[in-house]
Amino acid sequence: MLVAGWSLSLQTHCKGFLKWHKFMASKTPISRSIAVESTPSAIIRVCKHILAELEANNFSRDDIFAVHLALEEALINAVEHGNKADADKEVKINYLVDPDKVEISVTDNGNGFNPNIVPDPRYGENLYKTGGRGLFLIRSYMDVVEFNERGNRMRIVRYKKKPHASG
Amino acid sequence: MAPIKPRISVEYAGNATIITFTDEKILEEKDIQALQESIMSVVEQSERINMILDFRNVRFLSSSVLGLLIRISKKIYECDGKLRLCNIDPKIYEVFKITRLTKIFDIYQDIESATEGSSTAD
Repeated sequence: MLVAGWSLSLQTHCKGFLKWHKFMASKTPISRSIAVESTPSAIIRVCKHILAELEANNFSRDDIFAVHLALEEALINAVEHGNKADADKEVKINYLVDPDKVEISVTDNGNGFNPNIVPDPRYGENLYKTGGRGLFLIRSYMDVVEFNERGNRMRIVRYKKKPHASG
Repeated sequence: MAPIKPRISVEYAGNATIITFTDEKILEEKDIQALQESIMSVVEQSERINMILDFRNVRFLSSSVLGLLIRISKKIYECDGKLRLCNIDPKIYEVFKITRLTKIFDIYQDIESATEGSSTAD
């Protein structure tokens, strides 16, 4: 059952664990895998879950906003374009949160796409189109954006923004 | 009965129709659809509407909401109306800026300047 993986990973995230985790955040890398059904509510749950990990690891508001935006877009692409909104098809999410960065990969069951031929939404008639901004936003807000050869897995990384060095 | 979300409030100031998004985050496709239907029905009720969309409560949006705003603006311009956006959180304004949507939307800092803008418009 697709939701089983999700329930299992949630079991380790009771409130007490999160409080403890907040205290230990800078010393504890977290690496997890989740599989969810292709539905909007599953996307929202995954986002909330990963953003809570970032908050517990003292990522800034800017970092959390950026990851939220990119992750939401990546998951929407996986569900709508990759899995054609078929709730029975799963989206796999692997993520790693460590003191310096968050790394997430999102895999769908689709045939993949060529990210190099997606038009730039900022110019010409594309600016007036109602869609086509998701990948551009992901690239704008993440430090690393990579795809597998098939184009059905996206790996995104955001490094925690450090305070400006003095002197 | 569950409350209908996302919600908007509609106010009238002079010749402007002010629509305020009351939710912090607009995420699900069905919420975006519901918003579109609510706002389009307001647009259709007026002739040459002067609409101001107030984002004071919004802290997060996705590219689907940007698509919704473009659909609304097209509808309003088709009806010879005017559309202004205001009170956009700096992080969200950044999204408008990097996508260059600041080129196609009239964005004002607050409701006062947006209302002034609409009262001086013909």
